[in-house]
Amino acid sequence: MINALGQPQSLFLLGGTSDIALAVVDRYVAIGARPLVILAARPGPRREAAAQRVRDAGLEVETVDFDADDVESHPGLIADVAKGRDLDVSVVAFGVLGDEESAWQDHAEAVRHARINYLAPVSVGVLLGEVVRRQGHGAIVALSSVAGERVRRSNFVYGSGKAGMDGFYLGLGEALRDHGGHVAVIRPGFVHTKMTEGRAPAPLSVSPEQVAEAVVEAVADRRELTWVPGAMRIVMSGLRHVPRKVFRRLPV
Amino acid sequence: MGYFVPVTPGTRYVSVGGAIACDIHGKNHHLSGSFAQHVESLDLIGPDGTTRTLGQDTDDFWLTAGGMGLTGIITSAVLRLTPVETSLMSVDTERVPDLHTLMRRMRESDDDHTYSVAWIDTLASGRALGRSVLTRGEHASAQQVRHRRRGGALPAEPRLTAPPYAPGWLISRPTTKVFNEMWFRKAPAHRVGEITDIPAFFHPLDGVAGWNRLYGRRGFVQYQFVVPDAGEQAMVEIVRRLADAGHPSFLAVLKRFGPGNRAPLSFPMSGWTLAVDLPTHPGLRTLLAELDRIVVAAAGRLYLAKDSRLDAETLSAMYPRLDEFRAGLRRLDPDRVFRSDLARRLDL
Repeated sequence: MINALGQPQSLFLLGGTSDIALAVVDRYVAIGARPLVILAARPGPRREAAAQRVRDAGLEVETVDFDADDVESHPGLIADVAKGRDLDVSVVAFGVLGDEESAWQDHAEAVRHARINYLAPVSVGVLLGEVVRRQGHGAIVALSSVAGERVRRSNFVYGSGKAGMDGFYLGLGEALRDHGGHVAVIRPGFVHTKMTEGRAPAPLSVSPEQVAEAVVEAVADRRELTWVPGAMRIVMSGLRHVPRKVFRRLPV
Repeated sequence: MGYFVPVTPGTRYVSVGGAIACDIHGKNHHLSGSFAQHVESLDLIGPDGTTRTLGQDTDDFWLTAGGMGLTGIITSAVLRLTPVETSLMSVDTERVPDLHTLMRRMRESDDDHTYSVAWIDTLASGRALGRSVLTRGEHASAQQVRHRRRGGALPAEPRLTAPPYAPGWLISRPTTKVFNEMWFRKAPAHRVGEITDIPAFFHPLDGVAGWNRLYGRRGFVQYQFVVPDAGEQAMVEIVRRLADAGHPSFLAVLKRFGPGNRAPLSFPMSGWTLAVDLPTHPGLRTLLAELDRIVVAAAGRLYLAKDSRLDAETLSAMYPRLDEFRAGLRRLDPDRVFRSDLARRLDL
């Protein structure tokens, strides 16, 4: 159960080696929660390091072999993870951000992006929704992006995937409302992580820790849509209405 | 002549089954004990659908009392009621300048009064730490209210209704400070034998329908603990922590408990109990965890009826007979037909 102050007893991280997912673990520890952490990621040294980091934080950890691209394996995997226990908070934290210029020109690359950034989130989202309905409670956190709010030339393969998953999870939240479930869609701006390493940060960039804090408070307050930083909401609601002719000239 | 419930909590909106399942207490606990002690027997539907009648001489009665509803569904109960001459209360009220004086007053003279409770201003600090209004009451005799026109025992409906949406600042430190100041000042320095009705004395919040909505969208958490007499210092420490943290609380209520009973999960024990309502705020998590540690160190415990945030580990440090309860529950309901969010969170 998530208690009245937003402290869960279990935390299921899909894409468990991501900087944001691990920052969420740290944030929960900081607010005094002691959840069991289930790290779903591809096996390997990165996952081992992530699991060790969670153990070092004093939490019990389990690892699960998870390949976002292998959607056929998802039903069995999530059924196993949810067997005999409640999943209080599930975080959909995986995604790819490759080289955008090659992504829109390379068929295989574009398809891989679409599969991991849209298809796989839908795949796990449906299954997590089933778990929440059975439990009668539970929060699902979807890490979306401002890139999906208004898709732009500079990263439209990534942005279109995020736009799709963002819409799916907002809808899933509506569908699960009557079942006691809660979906928190998080739209960060540029986050300094492994995924964005070497890229020039955009204005209003944030750290994984800031995103994690927003995730924890969104779960506690049952907020459905959260921008990180909060000011991004105002910026994007302006950008949303900029005419295309002008938009394409903006340095975004 | 009439009858009154032997134990009433701070609200009329409770059921008899709930009162047993939480083994509730009232302002008379120091003399009368908790609700289950006044129940002769109860009818319980178990997980297999059959109904049993349980008396106080059975273990299952005491698993059900304070058992948080996990042993089954209570369909009826036989209560011993308290005979009263009138539906009015005779109330003594006094202002008390600090916590030390308050606890001395209550220790010395609570036993002379059937009902006794103190409201504490948790925002007052320094020398005024724990300044409070102490109220004691008795059921008024026919003699006392001879010249008074008597209305019904209970008003039919709440007199006020809270607005459906309240802004987050409505219950904040400055507004609570003003409210608490007014509450303290409007209380008489010392008044004896004021005649009031039952709702005014026992259920003041019931007069405002939907009062919980005043806390806005984030809501509030209730926190109530008891520490034994030997843990008096822990009570002082917690009141100080609340004042230092500055979390606004309108209704901090201090009361003395008499001895507890046989029920393994029953809350009351001889000593002091404090109940606070705190608006939800991120800082509460660490504050309440600290208070938990003070309570555990003083061999005290939290009230499960009000709890919405405790973890299983801390619970077992607070209830030494928890395993006895769990074993009883496994026997009564091996397939866990009766579950609740509380049971899931606390692994009951």
